[in-house]
Amino acid sequence: MALFLRRRVLPGFAPTLGFTLFYLSLIVLIPLIAVFVKSSGHGFEAFWAAATSPRVMASYKLSFGASLLAALINLFFGLILAWCIVRYEFPGKKLVDALIDLPFALPTAVAGIALTALYAPNGWVGSLFAPGGSLAFLFGEEGLKIAFTPLGILLALIFIGLPFIVRTVQPVLEDMETELEEAAASLGAQRWQTFRYVVLPTLLPALLTGFALAFARAVGEYGSVIFIAGNIPMVSEITPLMIIAKLEQYDYVGATAIAAVMLIVSFVLLLIINGLQAWSSQRGARK
Amino acid sequence: MSTALHIAPAKVRALAKYQDNPATREAPWVRFALLTLGLGFFLIFLVLPLVAVFTEALRKGWEVYFASLADEETFSAIKLTLIAAAIAVPLNLVFGLSASWLIAKHDFRGKQLLITFIDLPFSVSPVVAGLMYVLIFGAQGWFGPWLQANDIKIIFAVPGIVLATVFVTFPFVARELIPLMQAQGKDEEEAATVLGASGWQTFRRVTLPNIKWGLLYGVILCNARAMGEFGAVSVVSGHIRGLTNTLPLHVEILYNEYQFAAAFAVASLLALLALVTLVIKQFIEWRASQSHGNE
Repeated sequence: MALFLRRRVLPGFAPTLGFTLFYLSLIVLIPLIAVFVKSSGHGFEAFWAAATSPRVMASYKLSFGASLLAALINLFFGLILAWCIVRYEFPGKKLVDALIDLPFALPTAVAGIALTALYAPNGWVGSLFAPGGSLAFLFGEEGLKIAFTPLGILLALIFIGLPFIVRTVQPVLEDMETELEEAAASLGAQRWQTFRYVVLPTLLPALLTGFALAFARAVGEYGSVIFIAGNIPMVSEITPLMIIAKLEQYDYVGATAIAAVMLIVSFVLLLIINGLQAWSSQRGARK
Repeated sequence: MSTALHIAPAKVRALAKYQDNPATREAPWVRFALLTLGLGFFLIFLVLPLVAVFTEALRKGWEVYFASLADEETFSAIKLTLIAAAIAVPLNLVFGLSASWLIAKHDFRGKQLLITFIDLPFSVSPVVAGLMYVLIFGAQGWFGPWLQANDIKIIFAVPGIVLATVFVTFPFVARELIPLMQAQGKDEEEAATVLGASGWQTFRRVTLPNIKWGLLYGVILCNARAMGEFGAVSVVSGHIRGLTNTLPLHVEILYNEYQFAAAFAVASLLALLALVTLVIKQFIEWRASQSHGNE
């Protein structure tokens, strides 16, 4: 690149490059490398055995399954919420718009105990579904147990994922020209057809980006989940909890192996998200 | 990340446009159904947990509430949380300024890769983040024996908590400033330099006024996360009461000891912090859109 050789007008290239790389390496890159070096230090067999033991496999299934389901539910409701905020007028709209970011700002442990208090069998919502509750009949005599089951984990993951979808879709919806919808309507499209064939394709990159961001966050989430999960082996243990469990037993090989698997998943998701964002901005530029 | 400050001055005009235009308007029943679904979901999933924090905290009255806050262990948790944030936020602020100046004002090979690396901490699970430092500084870690020989404690001590906090809040300021400074270009800075301003003068007089709202926004987000981080800090803290407990960890301990009123009282402090953060965010967005409109 010729640019690299050209004399720079603005000062500060060398010091900021030096400091940025130094700080990045110190805080992020070297510690990340430590996980991979440590996880390969005990041979592949030990790594594989630790990363694929039945209890850990069950935690992957739960973590990825619940994260996927939570992101899908958020995709649906997040789109509706973004649509309402951009297109409709309703009382308290500013407040709703501001509070969407609450899961970003609220410490996860606080969210965790609040959700547990709500959905425990004696909580406001949980008691409605507990045996004897007014909504329990929907689920037979036993009612529905929410907290301390995988269902509770799903609710916590929905809570932390919602802003990702709303905040990626909202700006795209705000910038969207109404001419496209007018053209569709003047050509005889029903409102639903316009939405399905004109609006939705425009929103697709943003929706997928938000979905991937929510999913990535949910897979690694710890604080908001552990209180409501109940943490029953093979049933409601998430993968980050497995790392903590191994650490508490001083099983560093096991903890590191699971961490390496999670890091690889994070990297893949980050690449996908970057690709989606590039696709998104390309769409924006073409208009 | 999707938290970027965005300014839409034409919002109000656009709204009337949607509702007056038959091509962009839904049937009233559709609008009603969407609003009910959206707002119902919002109330159940976002508002209810927030209300629950304050109701549970005050369940046994104000006296119990204040008694659980005026506790020595709560004070030491507040102190440690403030210390961790007071170190992590300025460090990441300096890094954010340095990285955004580098990325937005200069061209070089590998820029996209660097941006991806800066984003990394967002996608790493907090638990894995904590584990990384245990692997380096823990008793079994790379520097463990050396640290022990020299009687330096990092893991299960304050330095580990600070390190974990720095990691999880690493991208916040940089992520806010990079797109903002890229959008502003470098014409103004180049003009200042050509007119004889030094690099520092250019930064202070030209760049800083342009980015001040974005900068403040990044800092308050960084601070909120620094004070509220749980997973990463939990791994490196060791939960030593009165010594290595931050506020979120203190909430966990109280909760696990079934001191629910006290746990929620401390949690309500953190919830207030979150609400203040959101209010400041609204204020910044309002100020930014004002100065945007005046230009």
